[in-house]
Amino acid sequence: MSQNAVMDHHYTSTGIPHRKLLMWTFIGSECMLFGSLITGYLVYRGRSLVGPYPTDLLNIPFITVTTFVLLMSSLAMVLALSAVQRGSRGQARLWLAATAVLGLIFLGGQYYEFSHFVHEGLGLTRNMFSATFFLLTGTHGAHVAIGVIWLTSLLVQSFRGRLGPEKAEIVEVAGLYWHFVDVVWIVLFTVIYLLVEV
Amino acid sequence: MSDPTTAHGAGAPGHDDAAHGHGHDQPHVSNRTYVLIAVVLAVITAVEVMVFYIEALRPLLVPILLTLSASKFLLVVGFFMHLKYDSKLLRGLFAGPLAVAAAIILGMMALFGVFTA
Repeated sequence: MSQNAVMDHHYTSTGIPHRKLLMWTFIGSECMLFGSLITGYLVYRGRSLVGPYPTDLLNIPFITVTTFVLLMSSLAMVLALSAVQRGSRGQARLWLAATAVLGLIFLGGQYYEFSHFVHEGLGLTRNMFSATFFLLTGTHGAHVAIGVIWLTSLLVQSFRGRLGPEKAEIVEVAGLYWHFVDVVWIVLFTVIYLLVEV
Repeated sequence: MSDPTTAHGAGAPGHDDAAHGHGHDQPHVSNRTYVLIAVVLAVITAVEVMVFYIEALRPLLVPILLTLSASKFLLVVGFFMHLKYDSKLLRGLFAGPLAVAAAIILGMMALFGVFTA
């Protein structure tokens, strides 16, 4: 027990816990990854030689709803962390489950959007828009899916009684990942959808 | 394992958790503030979509939307990710790569003639 407890609270020489420092370093590298994918999308924007074009397909009201869902999942995530820190296991389970469910709803929306695009003739290699759009939003969706799996594993740990206040750090690290995924979508929502006609 | 008090005490000998921004001791932001931030995020999103549909704002669409998007970005990173209250090292770990990524995006857009098209 004490061995695990020590690991749970292990600090680096910087005074920052290992896991937290690792997650922020990872997030820094993720900034570069998404930066490169956004670059690809922006430099090839408007260079498709054949349709369908983004203005023909992008559904702003629909994607606004899924964006709202993902934003609210970030709220649920911080409330889950707060509950774990307070030792409120019931609340922690509720908010962790809510975060995962909202993430799943977002993924469902993305699946619907992709299916609709393919149905309209926008395959992965149809034009420059489809190639860069699917790569960028698909990579983001994969991150959301990994986050949902991570949250589900935390929920399982909670039901097994292994997610008390002493484990708040692992929930905090999962939360950092989840919020970063949300932050990336904030950028993509503007760049891909709202600036589509610029 | 199930004794949180012992686990906590065994974890950071000689360390002041609060000073190091440890997860257990981050009561800087109340749940009420979190909810308020979420409401602000939802309102900003609604404003973004409204701006998108207002024809008269078309010439200013890019600066308005980028500003609103940056506001949401900063709110989530600052409050939900606690970076506003966390160590300067963590802020640097995030801001450094972010700045490089932004520079690459703008540089490549310039090289591809996006700004002159």
